[in-house]
Amino acid sequence: MLNVAPKKPDPVGMSALSRLPERHPLWFLLTAALLWVAIYSSLSGAATALVAALPLEQGSHPAAALRFLFYEAPKVLMLLTAVVLVMGVINTWFTPERTRAMLAGKHEGIGNIMAAMLGIVTPFCSCSAVPLFIGFVQAGVPLGITFSFLIAAPMVNEVALVLLFALLGWKIALLYLVLGLSVAITAGWVIGRLHMEAHLEDWVRDMARVDAQVRAEDMNMADRLNAGFHSVREIVGRVWLYVVVGVAVGAGIHGYVPQDFMADLMGPESSWWSVPAAVLIGVPMYSNAAGMIPIVEALLAKGAALGTVLAFMMSMIALSLPEMVILRKVLKLRLIVVFAGVVASGILLVGYVFNAVL
Amino acid sequence: MKQIKVLGSGCASCKKTMAMIEKIAREKGVPIELKKIEDMQEIIQSGALATPAVLVNGELVHAGGVPGRDKIAGWLNTD
Repeated sequence: MLNVAPKKPDPVGMSALSRLPERHPLWFLLTAALLWVAIYSSLSGAATALVAALPLEQGSHPAAALRFLFYEAPKVLMLLTAVVLVMGVINTWFTPERTRAMLAGKHEGIGNIMAAMLGIVTPFCSCSAVPLFIGFVQAGVPLGITFSFLIAAPMVNEVALVLLFALLGWKIALLYLVLGLSVAITAGWVIGRLHMEAHLEDWVRDMARVDAQVRAEDMNMADRLNAGFHSVREIVGRVWLYVVVGVAVGAGIHGYVPQDFMADLMGPESSWWSVPAAVLIGVPMYSNAAGMIPIVEALLAKGAALGTVLAFMMSMIALSLPEMVILRKVLKLRLIVVFAGVVASGILLVGYVFNAVL
Repeated sequence: MKQIKVLGSGCASCKKTMAMIEKIAREKGVPIELKKIEDMQEIIQSGALATPAVLVNGELVHAGGVPGRDKIAGWLNTD
């Protein structure tokens, strides 16, 4: 908040400190990074000490569960804050306008790959899906490439990746990244090959072409850092509660539920229909990446197969009914059905391959 | 009087943007005509790729995300 009151004298130099990000953004980042590493590496010891100080029997289930909670919750929140800050800064270089200019007139194949990658770094909110879609098509970005972007942007996002990394390890996070990109690239490419341009709503097709020029916005490093702070407030402020609940669910399972407890529906021994069932359940459930982490963790802990759970997760974020209702304003029904069908098939394939390999 | 239009499909960020512009204008004592545009065709015609977007006297000054206080205050400065 800006205050209009005259500034009080500042004996301890706090205001000089609070102006550090503005005056010397790089120094601020360096200091913050060092501090972050110091705190992060002492979390494990601090959690153990905290539990030891409680009147609990050491090695008991409640003690194990609490230690998990005290360690994991700050760990995930710290990782999330750091990644969201860095992504917020990176986002300032990849505005939707610039991404559009980069993709305009690109060929299929390489264009689909670029679009999916740009989907990770371009800020995107699903309520902007329609203006973005039209803006891309209008500027001559091929339809299939636009779809690659539109599929990758919500599915492969930094919050999902951080949470997967923190809770399930880097291998699964990496796998999710690669598979998410593959689904976006392939599905966009397939839609492009089907030449569905005729199934855009008429008013969209008849709109005048625009040039994909970039409005250059003057930003210095302090402005970019400020944008990073803004996204931390915005994103971490919105999802921290989900994260804590997710970790608490995990802690509950950690302490109490036996690891080999099997979920009938999604277990590795279950039948061929478990992957399609997961996708079908996932589509009408709309959730952001953070909100479903508790569910995913609970499912995995109860012995659900990883491929099935990943398919569930992808279908929940990448295919949502509300988004399709919004897209219906610009796409004819047939194109929406193709879009949903192609993406769902890609996700199914991911689920099956995973379950077969692991 | 400045005409300010907030373009967006009615998501939380759009409402917040409206409320912030209204509040800052009142604080500064600047009279404005604030309108919300939800019509998709009109949003697209403005050239905005992301919402909420803001038009001041017909000129696109912001697209995507809730604008910062300083930015809003800048639009309201009478020049």
